[in-house]
Amino acid sequence: MPEQLLFAAEVTLNGLMAGVLYALVALGFVLIFKASGIFNYAQGVMALFAALTLVGIMDGQVPFAHLINAIFGTEVHHFGWHVPALLAILFTMVLMVAFAWVVNHFVLRHLVNQEPIILFMATIGLAYFLEGFGDIMWGSDIKKLDVGLPQGLNGWIDETTFNAFGYGFFIDNLDIVATVIAALLVTALVVFSQYTKQGRALRAVADDHQAALSVGISLNFIWVLVWSVAGFVALVAGIMWGAKSGVQFSLSLIALKALPVLMLGGFTSIPGAIVGGLIIGVGEKLFEFLLGPALGGATENWFAYVLALLFLVFRPQGLFGEKIIERV
Amino acid sequence: MKDTIESYVTPDGRTIGGVLMEMKNITLRFGGVTAIKDISFDIREGEIRAIIGPNGAGKSSMLNVISGFYHPQEGEVWFRGDRRPPMKPYQVAQQGIARTFQNIALFEGMTVLDNVMTGRLTHMRAGMLAQALWKGRAEAEETENREKVEKIIDFLEIQSIRKTPVGRLPYGLKKRVELARALAAEPMLLLLDEPMAGMNVEEKEDMSRFVLDVNDEFGTTIALIEHDMGVVMDLSDRVVVMDYGKKIGDGTPDDVRNNQAVIDAYLGVSHD
Repeated sequence: MPEQLLFAAEVTLNGLMAGVLYALVALGFVLIFKASGIFNYAQGVMALFAALTLVGIMDGQVPFAHLINAIFGTEVHHFGWHVPALLAILFTMVLMVAFAWVVNHFVLRHLVNQEPIILFMATIGLAYFLEGFGDIMWGSDIKKLDVGLPQGLNGWIDETTFNAFGYGFFIDNLDIVATVIAALLVTALVVFSQYTKQGRALRAVADDHQAALSVGISLNFIWVLVWSVAGFVALVAGIMWGAKSGVQFSLSLIALKALPVLMLGGFTSIPGAIVGGLIIGVGEKLFEFLLGPALGGATENWFAYVLALLFLVFRPQGLFGEKIIERV
Repeated sequence: MKDTIESYVTPDGRTIGGVLMEMKNITLRFGGVTAIKDISFDIREGEIRAIIGPNGAGKSSMLNVISGFYHPQEGEVWFRGDRRPPMKPYQVAQQGIARTFQNIALFEGMTVLDNVMTGRLTHMRAGMLAQALWKGRAEAEETENREKVEKIIDFLEIQSIRKTPVGRLPYGLKKRVELARALAAEPMLLLLDEPMAGMNVEEKEDMSRFVLDVNDEFGTTIALIEHDMGVVMDLSDRVVVMDYGKKIGDGTPDDVRNNQAVIDAYLGVSHD
């Protein structure tokens, strides 16, 4: 097989893996959008915050250390203990649920029946608040996140492909783990939304608030539930991206990559988020590989958005989104 | 159950029981506007109770008070012999009061079947994990719920559209799906907000027949709001008449028909 084709295959595979990570972030958006019609601008920051908190808890960092030291003139930074990864993940999840409750109690509850743009603005405010809050709580330095996931070149794939084609594929172990976890997460979410009472209630709330109330669904409960699940998805995405490229502010910017993913897949579709993520992941890697040199490189920065723009023109509801037909 | 009057049998052979719901001196204000002024009436088990009145009389407001969407400034709501504390609409629904809306509130993106299934939400008890895994109690419950829902779908003659997304249905059928969803909850009290609004004569006749059949077949107590005097007089056992937020009549259709205040409200009278 020609070297070029093999290289393209490797690029495609890596693109798929990157796409899985995009899909993970996009999933968080879809969940909240489906249940409340809110485009949650804060989803990326939630992933950042979750990752920051996870690292902080694992390393035994004292929260608000800078603030405490500045006010009391003390010099505390660490508790001096290390929390096992699993336990820390559990604590972080508890914190994300608490965050969901706070968001519902102090923000969303007061904005029932408001225009979507108002809710969107509220989530922008929420994003900046959470970003600053995360900074004050855990500090703004770049942190290393290691929850014990395997990382680095997968030797088995490298060897097997080398023996078969005379060219070893470079696939990161972390990407493989991310793919498996994303697949599990998606399956769980689909089962949850299709087969459980809460899932049915969630779809009902997404469709019509008044009708949902009339069949005995508590809106507040559903919103806290949805934001908790979105917090959980953010945590998973935060762990994956954090392990890949360190926990730092740029983590929240991956949320912007989720936007084209959603336009492709449709804002209301869980499978759409996955397929959209994969298409963007593969598309941008292959495009860079094939046309990047001719176009002067760095096409990964804009490819996703151009693709999303094309979709907006020809298929505004995305691949799997609901086409809303209104009888006139 | 607190009984003030003995139960009785109607001329057409249905048994009307004791008081199921009682509204005592309800007053509802929106800022300076008084939508309901000191209204009292009761709804008895097994009856079809109508609330009628001209536009803006406060009928829908009254229904919204019963279903917990509005909370009156004064007055008490008694349900099944107990005074009801102020409740959220979803809590009222869980108590066994189902309703339909004047402007139809359905889950447009879902199929007819899924819409009707949401009516069963208050009856689902199995844990989330059991439901996700489709095990044990959840499986039995789902089967039971599906059977009940299918029965209602048959009853309201909407089998042929069970898998159709509701958004695509014409108006008259949407109204019927909404009724099906309310019925699926097996409510003790069914509230219908203008079930015949915007329908043609034939559709009105169909809907009237369904309302009567529901009452007859399931023994459901029904409180309905209607604009159209003729329909109401044929359907209901007792009628409350409202005008400008006040109660101007209460009794059997014949009583109400001969009530001078009611005639004035409907035909108009010069206020001099």
